[in-house]
Amino acid sequence: MRPMRLDARGWMEDHAAMAQEGDIVTAEAEAAAPGALVKRHRLSTRLWHWLNALCLYVLFASGLGIFNAHPRLYWGQYGANFDHAWLELNRFGALWTLPASYDLALSRRWHLSIALIFAFALLAYMLWSLVNRHIGRDIAFRRGELKPAHVWHDIREHARLRFPTAAAALRYNVLQKASYIGVIFVLLPVMIFTGLAMSPGMNAAWPWLIDLFGGRQSARSIHFIAAWLLVAFFVVHILMVLLAGPFNELRSMITGRYRLPRERKP
Amino acid sequence: MNSPIVSRRSLITGLTASAAGLLSGCDSLARDERFRKVLFSAENMHKWLQRSLQDRQALAREFRPDQRSRFFRGNGTLNPNTEAYKALWRSDFLDWRLRVGGMVARPLSISLAQLHAMPHRVQTTRHDCVEGWSAIGTWRGVPLKAVLDAAQLSTRAKYLVFHCMDDMGGGATYYESIDMVDALHPQTILAFALNEKPLHVRNGAPLRLRVERHLGYKHAKYLSGIEAVADLSTIRGGKGGFWEDVAGYEWYAGI
Repeated sequence: MRPMRLDARGWMEDHAAMAQEGDIVTAEAEAAAPGALVKRHRLSTRLWHWLNALCLYVLFASGLGIFNAHPRLYWGQYGANFDHAWLELNRFGALWTLPASYDLALSRRWHLSIALIFAFALLAYMLWSLVNRHIGRDIAFRRGELKPAHVWHDIREHARLRFPTAAAALRYNVLQKASYIGVIFVLLPVMIFTGLAMSPGMNAAWPWLIDLFGGRQSARSIHFIAAWLLVAFFVVHILMVLLAGPFNELRSMITGRYRLPRERKP
Repeated sequence: MNSPIVSRRSLITGLTASAAGLLSGCDSLARDERFRKVLFSAENMHKWLQRSLQDRQALAREFRPDQRSRFFRGNGTLNPNTEAYKALWRSDFLDWRLRVGGMVARPLSISLAQLHAMPHRVQTTRHDCVEGWSAIGTWRGVPLKAVLDAAQLSTRAKYLVFHCMDDMGGGATYYESIDMVDALHPQTILAFALNEKPLHVRNGAPLRLRVERHLGYKHAKYLSGIEAVADLSTIRGGKGGFWEDVAGYEWYAGI
């Protein structure tokens, strides 16, 4: 059964109806037997996923190239060589940065062009996922999901690497939901806004932005920390794909089709 | 469920190889002239977006004097060290003149004493270097608009080019340029003092530009002249600034 529609506006319904084609849990998919190939990821999700993967890769590598120009981090409004740095690193090597050899101007050109694509793609994805109810239906927590007993149960199942089977595998569990919400609605926006807060032009346009993060050098530090949290997400994400069956997971993110895992033998 | 078609090992190898491939692919892409053009065009998008969100007169944040950095470091040229500059420095810049020319009705040659006698603006602002560090300092100087009014700037002038005294190698001096939106901005000043002391050599003595909504490399030091022009393409490398010509920095440095 599909949950009730929450949005009332007619045009939204039209778009939702169009988008239902690729809904993550269609009635048809729910009824499918384990082992069957069913629709899983929408086209918008798949397109955004791969565009995002490419963008984040370029942003991270060029970002380290920019960081190399002054590999020290501070808290507060200002910070330079004679001020106290909370973190001081050596320059990242050629394997890490874009371009491979130090070129601040080119790292910035990469970073600032791809940042535009990344930010507007995220905005478009968020709006589209609201309209086609990907957020409301698949990502938002459902009633009861946040009960401690339920969360604890999911954590235990996850820690024992007992992944859901059959139709239950089509739904995101509470840990997946929490990490997707954390990444899409917290980490990625934080990256964008701390990035904007470092721009002197934006400081004049939106002075409140820099206050939100406690100063330009704090924004720069948070930008750096959030970038590594995204790397941590990436590592766990890849690990989960490997453990859950890389071929099936990759196929579902490329073609949208996913083979329902068979029940485990007791 | 482990698939027989893609093993974990081959997936990991594949990921590593594709990351390395992506990296070298990006590097070779960036050498392609057409791709560079597209990559570099994002600057115009940022300029357009920022200028749309920003009031023309929107001010950069100003701080209290007690929020200043304890030490305001220098960057780029820390001492021009040319014979001409050393001679000027030895005479306390008595013989130094700022020449204002190009598309103006009244070309000027202004001494430091004359600048001191003009109206001042004092502002404690944050200086953001393109490298990532920031320093807060109090600048005192003459609003650029006052100098442009005195020189009777032509309405056809679109840019101001700032010529400097520091030799960047091979006889090429530093230069920068701004457009009229920034030239007429109230915080755009020709500063002769930092933290209520005459400019130190490392910070651009005797006079430097402050254009507060931009990164540090726009704030030309060791000024010798201002030239009003309609077009930047005929000036030096044509990109409007020393680092823009040489290294590919953005001309619009509000990003």
